[in-house]
Amino acid sequence: MSRQSNRTTDSKKMNSELFTLTYGALVTQLCKDYENDEEVNKQLDKMGYNIGVRLIEDFLARSNIGRCQDFRETADVIAKVAFKMYLGITPSVTNWSPAGDEFSLILENNPLVDFVELPDNHSTLIYSNLLCGVLRGSLEMVQMAVDVKFVQDTLRGDNVTEIRMKFIKRIEENLPAGDE
Amino acid sequence: MADEAPFLLLHSEVVQYIYKSAESGDTENGRNITKLENMGFRVGQGLMERLTKDTPRFKDELDIMKFICKDFWTCVFRKQIDNLRTNHQGIYVLQDNTFRLLGHLSAGKQYLELSPKYLAFACGLVRGALCDLGVKSIVTAEVSIMPACKFQVMIQKA
Repeated sequence: MSRQSNRTTDSKKMNSELFTLTYGALVTQLCKDYENDEEVNKQLDKMGYNIGVRLIEDFLARSNIGRCQDFRETADVIAKVAFKMYLGITPSVTNWSPAGDEFSLILENNPLVDFVELPDNHSTLIYSNLLCGVLRGSLEMVQMAVDVKFVQDTLRGDNVTEIRMKFIKRIEENLPAGDE
Repeated sequence: MADEAPFLLLHSEVVQYIYKSAESGDTENGRNITKLENMGFRVGQGLMERLTKDTPRFKDELDIMKFICKDFWTCVFRKQIDNLRTNHQGIYVLQDNTFRLLGHLSAGKQYLELSPKYLAFACGLVRGALCDLGVKSIVTAEVSIMPACKFQVMIQKA
């Protein structure tokens, strides 16, 4: 039983690799199933959305965070709490538009792309597009319609990975007549 | 990453996707299971490669299975296999009494018919991990009451 002693595997790290590799397997499968990258991007966004609408419940239940007062606070919560909690990274929030309805998340190291190299024939594939869907889906559940997209990606030769988020509108709650 | 919620959600989304994409075509159930299993296989291989980077060589087959039950399972599912049995002729049964991927589905017999969907990926994980250590196998899973689950590993002799 000598082997037990020298094993020092960091289970947190492994767990993130499990996620990274599973995501990789999914993207590979999608690339096989669809002919063009646009379709793959769309599908990833859709799946991310489905995850987002469920993940927000987990997030709200565990983080103890209430309703955000403005979009700046939302940005902070996303970067400092949500990303930290689920992906173990803290992106920086920059490039605010003057009106305060648009900002960028700069990801230093995106765990989704840990072991990834894009082949030349997939130049329009947005590998981590799932993230956009997740952000969009989860914010929609807290009455915010937001436009999310990747504007820079290290996988495609940019210096940083940048996600641009634009606030569109507040979704009115449709209460059934007679309620409240 | 400190959290497993994203993985669980991603996994069920993957299962959803594979099944939905087949609805339009005329592919049958078995094909979907194979697809999921193959995805798991690749992931299992990758994980095992990373996990055994610094471990000494294994003594024998049983040693490998123990490694799967303890270290591999702990890394992937945050717990050890609860029971390992073997007939010493190449068949191993790994029992997990609270299998992670079934935990949020049900506790009992409800949705039992859906369980194969949610186990195929895990079967592939185990097969891939074993393959990475030079052991060819067939892995199947069976459930009688969720979330307990038994994986049967049949080693293929070369």
